[in-house]
Amino acid sequence: MSTDYYERSFAATDEGGQQLKPRSEVTAEELMREVGSVLRLSEAEAAELGDLPDDPDEDQTMIINMGPQHPSTHGVLRLMLELQGETVLRCKPIIGYLHTGMEKTGEQLTYAQGGTNVTRMDYLAPLANELAFSMATEKLLGIDEDIPDRAVWIRMLMAELNRMSSHLLFMATNGMDLGAVSMMIYGWREREEVLRFFQEVTGLRMNHNYIRPGGLAADLPAGWRDGVLRILDLLPERLDEYDTLMTGQPIWRERLQGVGVITPQEALALGATGPILRSTGVEWDLRRDQPYLHYDEMDFDVVVGSYGDAFDRYAIRLAEIRESMRIVRQILDHLPAGDYRIQDKKVTPPPRARIDESMEALIHHFKIFTEGFKVPEGEVYVAVESPRGELGCYIASDGSAHPYRMHMRDPSFVNIQCLPHMMRGGLVADAVAVISSVDPVLGGVDR
Amino acid sequence: MSDTSAPDTGDTAASADTDLPTELPTELHGCPVTSSRGQQVIHVTVGQYLDVLKALTDDGYTMVVDLTGVDYLQHLRRPLPAGLEPERFEVVVNLLDLRRRRRTRVRVQVPEADAVLPTLFDLHPGTEAMEREVFDMFGVRFDGHPDLTRILMPEDWVGHPLRKDDEVGRIPVQFKEAHT
Repeated sequence: MSTDYYERSFAATDEGGQQLKPRSEVTAEELMREVGSVLRLSEAEAAELGDLPDDPDEDQTMIINMGPQHPSTHGVLRLMLELQGETVLRCKPIIGYLHTGMEKTGEQLTYAQGGTNVTRMDYLAPLANELAFSMATEKLLGIDEDIPDRAVWIRMLMAELNRMSSHLLFMATNGMDLGAVSMMIYGWREREEVLRFFQEVTGLRMNHNYIRPGGLAADLPAGWRDGVLRILDLLPERLDEYDTLMTGQPIWRERLQGVGVITPQEALALGATGPILRSTGVEWDLRRDQPYLHYDEMDFDVVVGSYGDAFDRYAIRLAEIRESMRIVRQILDHLPAGDYRIQDKKVTPPPRARIDESMEALIHHFKIFTEGFKVPEGEVYVAVESPRGELGCYIASDGSAHPYRMHMRDPSFVNIQCLPHMMRGGLVADAVAVISSVDPVLGGVDR
Repeated sequence: MSDTSAPDTGDTAASADTDLPTELPTELHGCPVTSSRGQQVIHVTVGQYLDVLKALTDDGYTMVVDLTGVDYLQHLRRPLPAGLEPERFEVVVNLLDLRRRRRTRVRVQVPEADAVLPTLFDLHPGTEAMEREVFDMFGVRFDGHPDLTRILMPEDWVGHPLRKDDEVGRIPVQFKEAHT
């Protein structure tokens, strides 16, 4: 590229760089505003903080980059930290390294194809993505009440197993980030058991495209119940091992307790959801408070913390695995027989056998796979509780077979705003613990 | 009110009247309210935006769950309440009331010629990243935002990718030793 190109580019974009500016380049007033912005506080609140370090000399501080290729940044998160010695004064997350324009891609795909796209966003909770997208599409179609019961229960089963696999991976990465390397192996090992079950059911370990508008891609395969029971038999013992290895262990507690503290007011103001919000003591879980699927018939506890620190967030996720197992057991008792997808010719393709006998079925099959089904005009926002918090899907339809606009509200994208707040005044060594406890998935952050 | 001449009809009318508020209101804070598949949507103009958001916060909608944009360039004639001028851009704010477990949505009509909205940052600091994303993707500016820079795209990027007139673009792929 010629230099001319870059000059024109910068001339056209006058919004400035994304980097954290050094202190010498900002005036005191701007700094106040900037600290407010990296702390996500209003100017008035930032001024009221009062504990701003009294403007250390430039030679006492240094700005370092953490990431985007840092093993503890869970992918390609880049943090710019201003340090004074080992203390973090300011911090700014810089994201976008994994941005592939999936929302724009979603506008080019039909609703039937959309699942393959959204499932790749938050890649540790693919089924939650698909669930939100499918529920939004079904609401637009007006068939959200007509989904067969068996499909709804299977969706719940898969969503809960997905929560377990996601939290098990958190156990692994959280252990690894803090130096408990054997924990990493254990976490991956248990997650693999769940993924093996997913592979049996959906054919893929990740990016399943299993939950689709109208129901599911396929019914559960023969022997699925043994697969679930195997996980349920295996896990309690392993989770007790985690407790022995980490929860009660003094080094682990010392490393996490009191680190990355956030108050309920701050968490609510920052829009944090999921385990981060619950760690501050706010009882908010969409599964209980705005129930979808059949969660209102389930008996489970919403686990909350009391200090809002990294240890609470660890303990909540561990407890949520156990709660998910409770839900899965109840689903095994309740799962009804029936169809796994809605028999609406306009939405779901006809069974393979019918295509050979019926001209009409062939036409429907052809229409669905070439131009897709049309969705009436309108717009909806549907939210589900993903392992990381509220995962919302906003779809605006213009009546065609493609979403006019498809937006995913990813919990990681919003939760990541808590990082500067949690890190401020802490040690740079604790920064790793803080990132880990927020559990961001950069595929979801950048989309 | 209760009239002795027609007690029956008066009664039913009164009960129907008291039932109304539990349904979706047709107007809230002076702005038309519609129902989109059973979800409450409040339609506001740029001028009303900040005041309505403040009033809704006082009503208990204390969390901005999501703030996003839509470019209606190819779909300008979408259904809107009477008296509301459709504009090219819409900013959509999803609000959550945790105490009463309810949601609402605010749709703002943002004209293309002057695509500027006041920031919600002072009211809800959590909108900081979301407003940056809308700016990055649609070019809607947020007045008073402390750090209005691109968030997902590189900082030297030209254009706003989620605008409908921003081409998707294709890279020609040439396969080696492909049979022609």
